[in-house]
Amino acid sequence: MPEHAPEQEPEQEPEPVAGPTAGPPDPASGRARLRHALLAPTQRQVVVALLLALLGFAVVTQVRDNQVDDSYAGLRQQDLIDVLSGLSGARQRAEAERTRLERLRDDLQSDTSRRQAALQQAETEADALAILGGLVPVTGSGVRIVISEETGRVRLGSLLDVVQELRTVGAEAIAVNGEVRVVAQTSFEEVEGGFLIDGEVLEPPYVIDVIGEPALLSEAISFIDGPARAIRRDGGEVTVEELSSLDIEAVREPVTPEFAEEVPGE
Amino acid sequence: MIAALGLLVGVVLGLLLQPDVPVGLEPYLPIAVVAALDAVFGALRAYLDGIFDDKVFVISFVSNVVIAAGIVYVGDRLGVGGQLSTGVIVVLGIRIFSNVAAIRRHLFHA
Repeated sequence: MPEHAPEQEPEQEPEPVAGPTAGPPDPASGRARLRHALLAPTQRQVVVALLLALLGFAVVTQVRDNQVDDSYAGLRQQDLIDVLSGLSGARQRAEAERTRLERLRDDLQSDTSRRQAALQQAETEADALAILGGLVPVTGSGVRIVISEETGRVRLGSLLDVVQELRTVGAEAIAVNGEVRVVAQTSFEEVEGGFLIDGEVLEPPYVIDVIGEPALLSEAISFIDGPARAIRRDGGEVTVEELSSLDIEAVREPVTPEFAEEVPGE
Repeated sequence: MIAALGLLVGVVLGLLLQPDVPVGLEPYLPIAVVAALDAVFGALRAYLDGIFDDKVFVISFVSNVVIAAGIVYVGDRLGVGGQLSTGVIVVLGIRIFSNVAAIRRHLFHA
């Protein structure tokens, strides 16, 4: 360690006088001495040059080695332990982050599926309501009831009986003469030459298309003392045809309720 | 001039040969390099002071390198190699700074 530090100066003082640097004429000026050494080198510089060459060689080697070497060979045990603990810390952090993200993902997924289920339910309900409200054309199995007037006029009560019996056994869609869709608000009125149903004048024969369970529907019309008998008593004729597939094209304009409001929270 | 040429030759040799550092020497080479740098700056300062002696330079160069590497070696044996090499670097760095300050005063009078 001891170098050309101040404490060494005294013992070296006499030596330069002996002339290590070819007798610098101006000992006061370091700059002049340096210039002198550069311009007029002596053989004494050879050993210095040798050591400096060694230094340059070592510096270049170390710099290159430092750039090239990315393995852990040559590291101290403590350094390796530090690297290892740093890695394990990083791994723990990454795992915690992964757990957090996975939980977030699960939350989002369950949220999405809940929302989808709600949406599906709402769509199903909307479909059912659209059918019940007569807003869309429907198709399915059912019966076609044809009421013709033979000898007398069919009374309004008998017609309402028919509709009522059909509803009782769960008719899902009813249309009369392919023109009027019968829903909850449908009104019936007796007029000259036929019936006024929802503002449409319908004349006999009345063709009632009904979608539902065909056997039940036909039974509902033709049971003993049922509407079929009442119509025959009026002087009409009833035929019921069970169909495996039946289209009802007639639809009803949606009505916005003017007075009724939804009860909040129900 | 010869000294500067020597430094140049060493750098060129290192670039050309591209030697691999032996694994056993890997922790000591950087310390040795810094110690040698300290010796060189000390020598330059002594030269500017007019008290340079090549014998002293050679001995201080070699002993600097050996002692610095030795301290780190002992530190490695004791299990405090990392800390000791940091300490050696700090001490050598301080010395390099003070030597360079003296050189600067000589060359630039500032």
